[in-house]
Amino acid sequence: MTYSDWLRADRLPHIYCAGCGNGTVINCTLSAVDRMGWKKEETVFVSGIGCSSRAPGYIMTDSLHTTHGRALAFATGIKMANPDLHVIVFTGDGDLAAIGGNHFIHACRRNIDLTVVCMNNQIYGMTGGQGSPTTPYGALSTTTPYGSQEPAFDLCELASAAGANFVSRWTSFHVKELTRSIHEGLKIPGFSFIEALVQCPTNYGRRNRFRQVMDQVEYFKTHGILVQKAHRLRDEGLPIPADAILLGDLIRRDRPAMGVRR
Amino acid sequence: MQGNTACAEGALAAGCRFFGGYPITPSTEIAEHMAAKLPKVGGVFIQMEDEIAGIASVIGASWTGARAMTATSGPGFSLMMENIGFAVMTETPCVLVNIQRGGPSTGQPTMSAQADMLQCRFGSHGDYSIIALSPASVQEMFELTVKAFNLAERFRVPAFLMADEIIGHMRERIEIPDSVPREERKPLTAGALPFRAGEDMIPGFPQFGKGYGVHVTGLTHDERGYPCATSPSLHEDLVKRLVAKVESARHDIADYRVANPDAEVVFITYGSPARTVEQVLHDNPDERIGHLRFRLVWPFSEKALEEFPDAKVFLVPEQNLGQMAREIERHTCIPVVPLPRFGGALHTPAELKKAVEAWR
Repeated sequence: MTYSDWLRADRLPHIYCAGCGNGTVINCTLSAVDRMGWKKEETVFVSGIGCSSRAPGYIMTDSLHTTHGRALAFATGIKMANPDLHVIVFTGDGDLAAIGGNHFIHACRRNIDLTVVCMNNQIYGMTGGQGSPTTPYGALSTTTPYGSQEPAFDLCELASAAGANFVSRWTSFHVKELTRSIHEGLKIPGFSFIEALVQCPTNYGRRNRFRQVMDQVEYFKTHGILVQKAHRLRDEGLPIPADAILLGDLIRRDRPAMGVRR
Repeated sequence: MQGNTACAEGALAAGCRFFGGYPITPSTEIAEHMAAKLPKVGGVFIQMEDEIAGIASVIGASWTGARAMTATSGPGFSLMMENIGFAVMTETPCVLVNIQRGGPSTGQPTMSAQADMLQCRFGSHGDYSIIALSPASVQEMFELTVKAFNLAERFRVPAFLMADEIIGHMRERIEIPDSVPREERKPLTAGALPFRAGEDMIPGFPQFGKGYGVHVTGLTHDERGYPCATSPSLHEDLVKRLVAKVESARHDIADYRVANPDAEVVFITYGSPARTVEQVLHDNPDERIGHLRFRLVWPFSEKALEEFPDAKVFLVPEQNLGQMAREIERHTCIPVVPLPRFGGALHTPAELKKAVEAWR
C-alpha cells in the first residue's frame, strides 16, 4: 500500500492553491501512517477550520471536520471513548494557536494519545491572508498592513511547556525528516506535536518578498538549523541567528498518557 | 434523592457511557455523580477545559457509538451554542442538560430561572430544530433524562433536558425502575450513502471504527457527506430535512399532562411553576381551572392546546419574561397572558389564584 491508497479519488481536485505546502504535509503524514501498518477502519482524522483542516476530507478513513479551533476537544472525546482508534489531528496556526489555544495547552497537559500535525503557514490562508499568532514580527498581512506589531508564538515551546510527550518541527522542504518525525509521533504514546512550516504563496509569500513558491521553500532550507547544532553553538558561546528556524525532535519524554488502552 | 442526582442516575440507566463537561452552578452535582459512577460501569468521565470543549468531546464520543452527555447552566450553555449547531448539522445524537439559573451574564448562579427556553431552540446560528424536555419533579429528572437519550438516538439530534435550579436542587423520594426503555440509533446499511435519508428523514448512523470511512463535516454536505457549500438547492434541501425530521414528529412525540379539560381558564406550564399551579388546583377544586403541563417543550405540539376546547384564556406562569407564552400565542386566537415571576422567587399560589379571578 502507498499513501495514494488512502486518498479519496472522487474528491479530487482538491481546493489547495498551486504551490501550497499543505499537500506535502498530507503526503508525509499518510506515508507515516502507512509505515505504521494501520488499517483505514481503525484510523480517524480530525480537524478544525482552515486550509489545513480540509485535509481529512481527502482521506478515505472516518474523519471529523469540526468547528474552528475545537478539533482537539472533539478528538479527545473520540480517543477517550474508544482508545482502540488511532486519532490524528490536522490543524493550522490560526486554528490551533488562536481560537484553539486553550484546547491545545490542555490536550498537551493531559498528554492524551493523539498525534497533531500543524501546518503552520503563518497566515489565515483560507480567509484571504489575515495575520495569525505565528505571523512573524513585521510581516505583512491584510490585517497587519504596516507590518505585524505582535511577537509570534513558538508553538513547539508551548507544547513542550504544556507537557506533550513528543514535539518536533520541520518544514515542507524537509520531506524525509518530517515523515520520520510524524512516524515517531504516531508510535509514541501520549500527545505528539509536529509543526510543519509550509509556504503559502497566495496569501503569505507574495506579500512578504517570496515572489516564487520556491523562494519560501528555499528560505526554510537556508534558515533551518538543527536543534543539535543550536545546542552546540550555545555550548560554544556562539550566536544563534535571530531568524533561525529550530528544527528536529525538540522533546521526547515518557509522561503518563491518557486515552491509552490499559 | 436530589434532582441533579436523579438526572445522572437516569443517564446511567439509559446507557450513557461518556460525560464531558465543565463545573458550573447549579448543575455541578450531575458531573460529580457521573465522575463517581461512570468509571464503575466502564464509562468515561472527563472534565474539559471549558464548556465548548465539553460539548465537543461529547460529539466526538458519540461518533464512536457512545451514548454521551454534558450538563451545564446559562453561561456554559451560551458557550456551547456553536457546537450545538455542529451536532445538528452532522446529525450527532447527544444529550445536553441545562439547569437554568438567572441571567443574562453571570446573573444569579444559585437562583432558579427558565430563561434559556428560546436559546435552546434558536441559540445557534442558522435554521434548525431540536428536542427539549422539561421536568417538574425529581422523578421526572430521572424519567425525562432517559427519554432525552432515546429521542436523541432515534432522531439523531441534540436533545435537551431544560430543567430549572429548583427542580435540580430539590430533594424528593423517587422510584428507580429495574430497567428503562432503550432505543438504539439505526445503523447505516452497508453500501448506503451515509447522509441519504429515507422516508423518516433520518439517515443510518455510520459509527466510527466500523469501516464506513465516512467524512463528517459541519459544512453543507451532499449525501456522501462531502462538502458542497455553494449549491443553493442542496443547502435548502439539507436544512429543510434537518428541521422536518424533528418538526414532522412533533405530535407523535408530544408529551404533556392535562387537568380539567373542560376548563375556561387554563394554566400552561413546564418545570417548577407547574407545582404552584398544582397547589392552586389542590386548594381550589374547581373544574373551571385547567392545567396543561408540557413535559416535552420542543418541538412544540400546538395540538395540545386543543385539549381545552372551552378555554377562554391561557395563563402562562414562567420564570422568565414570557418565552413560551410567545410560542403559544402563535397557535391560538384566545388571549395568552404571560405571568412572569423571576429572580429566584416562585409564583405563590395566592398570586396565581388572583390571576384566575381576573378572568372570571
